[in-house]
Amino acid sequence: MRFSHVSRAFGDIRAVDDVTLDILDGEFFSLLGPSGSGKTTCLRLIAGFDHPTSGSIELHGVEVSGLPPYERDVNTVFQDYALFPHMSVADNVAYGLMIKKVPRPQRMQRVDDMLEMVQLSGLGGRRPSQLSGGQRQRVALARALINRPRVLLLDEPLGALDLKLRQQMQIELKAIQQRVGITFVYVTHDQEEALTMSDRLAVFNTGRIEQVGTPAEVYEHPATDFVAGFVGVSNLVSGDVARAISGSPETFTVRPEKILVREPGAPVPDGLCWVEGQIHDVVYLGAHTRYRVDLDGTGTLTVTQQNVDSTSMDVLAARGRRVRLMWHRIHNRRVATRA
Amino acid sequence: MNAAAASPGRRISTFFYQRPTLALILLLAPPLLWLGVVYLGSLFSLVVQSFFSLDGFTGQVVRRFTLATYRDLFTPANLDIVIRTASMAAAVTVAAAVAAFPVAYYMARYASDRIKALLYLSILLPLWSSYLVRVYSWKLILAKEGIINWGLAQLRLDGALEWMLGLPVIGGPSLSVSSLGMFVVFLYVWLPYMILPIEAALERVPTSFIEASGDLGARPRETFRLVILPLAFPGVIAGSIFTFSLTLGDFIVPYVLGNSALFIGQAVLAHQGTAGNIPLAAAFTVVPMAIMAVYLIGAKKAGAFDAL
Repeated sequence: MRFSHVSRAFGDIRAVDDVTLDILDGEFFSLLGPSGSGKTTCLRLIAGFDHPTSGSIELHGVEVSGLPPYERDVNTVFQDYALFPHMSVADNVAYGLMIKKVPRPQRMQRVDDMLEMVQLSGLGGRRPSQLSGGQRQRVALARALINRPRVLLLDEPLGALDLKLRQQMQIELKAIQQRVGITFVYVTHDQEEALTMSDRLAVFNTGRIEQVGTPAEVYEHPATDFVAGFVGVSNLVSGDVARAISGSPETFTVRPEKILVREPGAPVPDGLCWVEGQIHDVVYLGAHTRYRVDLDGTGTLTVTQQNVDSTSMDVLAARGRRVRLMWHRIHNRRVATRA
Repeated sequence: MNAAAASPGRRISTFFYQRPTLALILLLAPPLLWLGVVYLGSLFSLVVQSFFSLDGFTGQVVRRFTLATYRDLFTPANLDIVIRTASMAAAVTVAAAVAAFPVAYYMARYASDRIKALLYLSILLPLWSSYLVRVYSWKLILAKEGIINWGLAQLRLDGALEWMLGLPVIGGPSLSVSSLGMFVVFLYVWLPYMILPIEAALERVPTSFIEASGDLGARPRETFRLVILPLAFPGVIAGSIFTFSLTLGDFIVPYVLGNSALFIGQAVLAHQGTAGNIPLAAAFTVVPMAIMAVYLIGAKKAGAFDAL
């Protein structure tokens, strides 16, 4: 699938602003961004619910931007599932096949297979209202996948589920994607979800793509300050502090988990940069602790440390203590800032 | 405890807060008494009366159980009245549903808040003026010298109107004295009662359902038939209950625009008033109720309420 210079304007607001993007066949691709960043609009452009103001969208080499949804070989899993309340679960799943006039026995067989794949065997006779949120989610997935589309679009499908179920569904979705080999385009605002599931992802901000890459690339080499801040937690260092630490005033980011905490005046090994400050705030998070360190009035850095052999007593007592922070220079990532 | 907490108003609030059932009973008792005793009571008395008979010689009501009155009801002349009324009610209901659906659909799906408010107002505004006034103004509109005849004559279509009025059953000497004219007026006066429930039903169909249907390959026509219509059907049924039963019971429109062929409402009026045949009037009144009961059972069987 290829987006070339696609824009979609609503009045003065450019919800999608000159997006160019290639999604490969069989890929699990996420569109990640905060709400209002244009990711859902992009999905709707692919599905055909909305049409671009300018630019072209190609699906397997065929221009689709003028086609209605029913002429496109894509299917969607909706955020609210959009299951038809007046039909049974089986009829919902069979809907696409019924429209295509697949003979009934064959249809029923494929519905059974689908329900088995999403682990809902035997629930075909129920109404959607009799299912739990997680089960409805599976029905929506089965209803879309039964048509064997070339691309499956998922619009924040796990948003309404609780954390445990969401994590379980993430693994299942990924497994199903690998089994069926269909391209998944997955919209989410949850960076952890995008990192867990995607082969590649695009980070959206105010209608534009900030970066496209694998989860590791995006996490370790954020292209912009926005990506650094949105994907995981980052310290953004610029100006005088940046010069003091790295010798150059260019803005860079460093991940909190890369920073070591040492006594003031501790020796600094080769290849590391350092800065001193006072621990301003301590948040004990069980597996690790987050410190906010005040750099003597020039800024703050967030630092996380594994609680390898420290207790909550130890770490909480650290508040107010002076520390020397040091980390490998290679963890300083130059990022572009948008004026 | 501060002073306010002990004030009588607070104490009453707390009293009812702790006894929600009592509060519910107090709120529901007056309307339930009204409906249960006054309405259902008179309905019961009506049904009982329909099983009495009129002594043709003395003109007195004989208070003894008999089916004689119902036998009277099924004489050809009376059956004619029932069939005429039911056919008119059915025709008006179907036409109202067909006419109301696009308006309701536009209101629910496309209209901006302003346009929607405007449409609500224009649908409800006619209901502010008296029903009688509106029916009589239609008499003028439909009259031979009225605007419809004049307009059709200007368009050289008066021949078509003449032809339609010449047809048996629906025709008559002029639009203002014909079943066709009655149909037009019934459709006009009951249309709001069809639009509003359909609009309310369509309002509850999320856009994502329609998108999902298209996404799964359905053309707009199939989406309408398989998703929109089934989900709006409870609204259509609710609207048709209004249009159907209001037409079945109406006696003013046939009186103003009809000829000597009676409708159920007129028959009831005539039998309980001038003729003094209360049992037959009661039996006539049972007919619309029976038709509605059969209609609703049929609608339920057909799955009209599955989407509720």
